Amino acid sequence: MAILEMKHVSKYFGKVAANVDVNLSVEQGEVHALLGENGAGKSTLMNILYGLYEQSSGHIYLNGERLKLRNPKDAINKGIGMVHQHFMLVPTLTVIENVVLGMDSNHAILDLKKSAEEFAEMAKNYDMPIDPWAKVSSLSVGQQQRAEILKALYRKASILILDEPTAVLTPQEATALFDVIRRLTAEKLTIILISHKMNEIMAVCNRCTVLRQGRVVATMPVSEIQDASQLAELMVGQQVKLTMDKKPSTPGPCVLKVQNISYKDKHKVSRLNKVSFQIHAGEIVGICGVDGNGQSELVRCITGLIHPSEGQILLGAEDISKEHTSEILKKGVSHIPEDRHKMGMIMDMSINENLILMSFHQKPFSKNKLLNWKWIRSHNEDIVETYNVKTPDIYERAGNLSGGNQQKFVVGRELDRKPALLVAMHPARGLDIGATKFIQQRLLEESERGAAVLLVSTELDEIMELSDRIVVMNSGNVVGIVNQAEATRERLGLMMASEV
Amino acid sequence: MEEFLVSVFKMAVPLLLCSLGTLFSEKAGTVNIGLEGSMLTGALFGVLGSYWTGSPYIGALIAMTSCVVLSLVFAFFTVTIRANQIVMGVAINTIATGLTISLNRIFLTSASVVKVNGFKSIPIPFLNKIPVIGEVLFDQTVPAYFAYILVFLTWFVYSKTDLGLRIRAVGEYPAACDTVGINVARLRYSTLLYGGIMAGLAGAYISTGQLSAFSEGMISGRGFTAYAAVIFGNFTPLGVFRSCMIFAVGMGLQYRLQAMDTPVSYYFWMMLPYIITIVALCMYRKRSNAPKYSGIPYVKG
Ligand SMILES: Nc1ncnc2c1ncn2[C@@H]1O[C@H](COP(=O)(O)OP(=O)(O)OP(=O)(O)O)[C@@H](O)[C@H]1O
Ligand SMILES: [Mg+2]
Repeated sequence: MAILEMKHVSKYFGKVAANVDVNLSVEQGEVHALLGENGAGKSTLMNILYGLYEQSSGHIYLNGERLKLRNPKDAINKGIGMVHQHFMLVPTLTVIENVVLGMDSNHAILDLKKSAEEFAEMAKNYDMPIDPWAKVSSLSVGQQQRAEILKALYRKASILILDEPTAVLTPQEATALFDVIRRLTAEKLTIILISHKMNEIMAVCNRCTVLRQGRVVATMPVSEIQDASQLAELMVGQQVKLTMDKKPSTPGPCVLKVQNISYKDKHKVSRLNKVSFQIHAGEIVGICGVDGNGQSELVRCITGLIHPSEGQILLGAEDISKEHTSEILKKGVSHIPEDRHKMGMIMDMSINENLILMSFHQKPFSKNKLLNWKWIRSHNEDIVETYNVKTPDIYERAGNLSGGNQQKFVVGRELDRKPALLVAMHPARGLDIGATKFIQQRLLEESERGAAVLLVSTELDEIMELSDRIVVMNSGNVVGIVNQAEATRERLGLMMASEV
Repeated sequence: MEEFLVSVFKMAVPLLLCSLGTLFSEKAGTVNIGLEGSMLTGALFGVLGSYWTGSPYIGALIAMTSCVVLSLVFAFFTVTIRANQIVMGVAINTIATGLTISLNRIFLTSASVVKVNGFKSIPIPFLNKIPVIGEVLFDQTVPAYFAYILVFLTWFVYSKTDLGLRIRAVGEYPAACDTVGINVARLRYSTLLYGGIMAGLAGAYISTGQLSAFSEGMISGRGFTAYAAVIFGNFTPLGVFRSCMIFAVGMGLQYRLQAMDTPVSYYFWMMLPYIITIVALCMYRKRSNAPKYSGIPYVKG
């Protein structure tokens, strides 16, 4: 019998229908995948199950008993736990403080020592060791996620919702997460997993439910899925082209030349060590490596957010290593940043405003210091349509869009500027299969137009498929540069792990 | 010297009451600059209460009640309606100024009330005989003793209790608190009301405890100073204690130097505590412990 059932659940945000008549049934001990395009309503459905949103209509049943969830506390008390798409940990507090935060069973005077002991014991039993006294802000993303999962388990969750858990993980961390998932289901826990990655779904899930525009279009065992294109078709409702046609590149003049740059952070730790490479017009150069091996610092140096302590960065013939970001962007550089919330957009502004952040001071966006809203509006509506951003209109608050749709308009804004150099970091992070292919295709088109593209990604497939040359990084060093034809997963993997 | 210390410790009492009281609401992410007005209201109702009942203690209770009402208004507009917190703070201050002047003229000036019963100091036997600190620490009024005990109590609640943890978390990441079932709005309401109670007591102490009378505008910036003490104290109880003492020394110096008949103008010395406050705030740039969501209303979902 199904442990959890959602029957005829609908959710409307004003006129936006996020969920329509959704039926979802989950068996005990299974890993149930929830799939769908960006904005299909996956996060919303799970937020309803977790008591954060109230459904407009429909009912939820747990073990056949009808649930009335007024807030997350009700859900937690019923054994439902959730790890959100964007982590819900207070960075200034320690792990154990985050774990016990808000629990009903806390005494008025906290005994953190005792809780920490129990917690560490539990973490060890699940094979997820973590220091309970570490400050969350000092943890890596993978560790934070571990803390989130353990936080839910400590609250005795028997149904665990994971919303795009691997979007920000390195492949190694993702593999470790799957081990944890298998282990949890072995102990009869039930897991609902949201993911856009086909291989993950095949690897750990038992059944899947596909949402399209808020409605359920299919529920089936994953063994019945033949290939990615079948799944994509279910999600989108029509055939999706998943293959890419990369034409052989004809490199033009050198656009970006990075020469022996080094960078030390404020703790005097070396983050970049004599990094050199170059990108010609019409070429895509991929940077691959495990996250945190200097890619962020490299991108920040190129975009002027930090300055290298030595070395030169030549854009054309000009050294930009000491330039201010605004100057660099004016010289025709576009930047798709790694963290859209912190660097790519302003959550509380409308999409319309977000889309002109880079160009509002230029003609035809503004004339004589006055914004030309009429022109801007039609221009922005074009971008939203081209990049298939799902939103009621361009005046919607940007923070209300689903994660993937936020990413799409950031990419759209940057490509719209027809850059000479495009610096793209994890451009497809959080995007569904169709949107990923679309964005990748757009990157190829940019390079065919003659732009130099720097692509940073932790997805090896993405790197290998798109890049003409691949720069492999490890602890701030360039381990080697490989041509596309010579790149194999094994070779890159070995290089990424090699000692320098 | 002893006299100077006595005056510093007296001066510190209202600052401590007010800033320790408001620490929790600041930490929970609301910015309340209406403290000045709250203290002023407390000062008036403290005197009024003492005048009506003859007891400064009942006066203090009435003062605290009046400030709870003010805080309730502030909380309703900032938390529920999500109005701008600075604007609301200014509004509270303006309302309080007008209200206290009117009520003062209606009830006190017209009845030519000059003095009411004030707090009497209650020396603690034996301890008050210790040289120097005996008189400074152990020959005080009830609110003064309470203020110093409050330092410890606040530290304890802040760092050792479940409530303290919730408060520290809410100003830092309200959405995360929501997902673990903490009612953000309710917590912000309670901390604001508590801050109001303490501001009321602080105000009553200034009027009934120090002068036994009310005069218009008598808080003269001490509410703002208490607010500054929270920031300068880096949002921790002990930090707040330390900065209140520094500011109190500044005020003590002011009175001393005024009395000493120096060639410098009297008005210059009046500025002294405020100059110390400004310099102190400038020196203190690293606000590592300030809540991230300070002053930002929380929208659920
Ligand atoms: N708080 C909100 N206010 C208004 N609209 C919202 C809100 N939250 C979500 N929506 C809308 O509801 C729809 C579903 O969003 P949801 O976040 O559930 O998508 P998703 O399937 O999780 O997508 P993604 O894969 O991109 O995360 C979207 O059209 C989104 O714009
Ligand atoms: Mg989502």
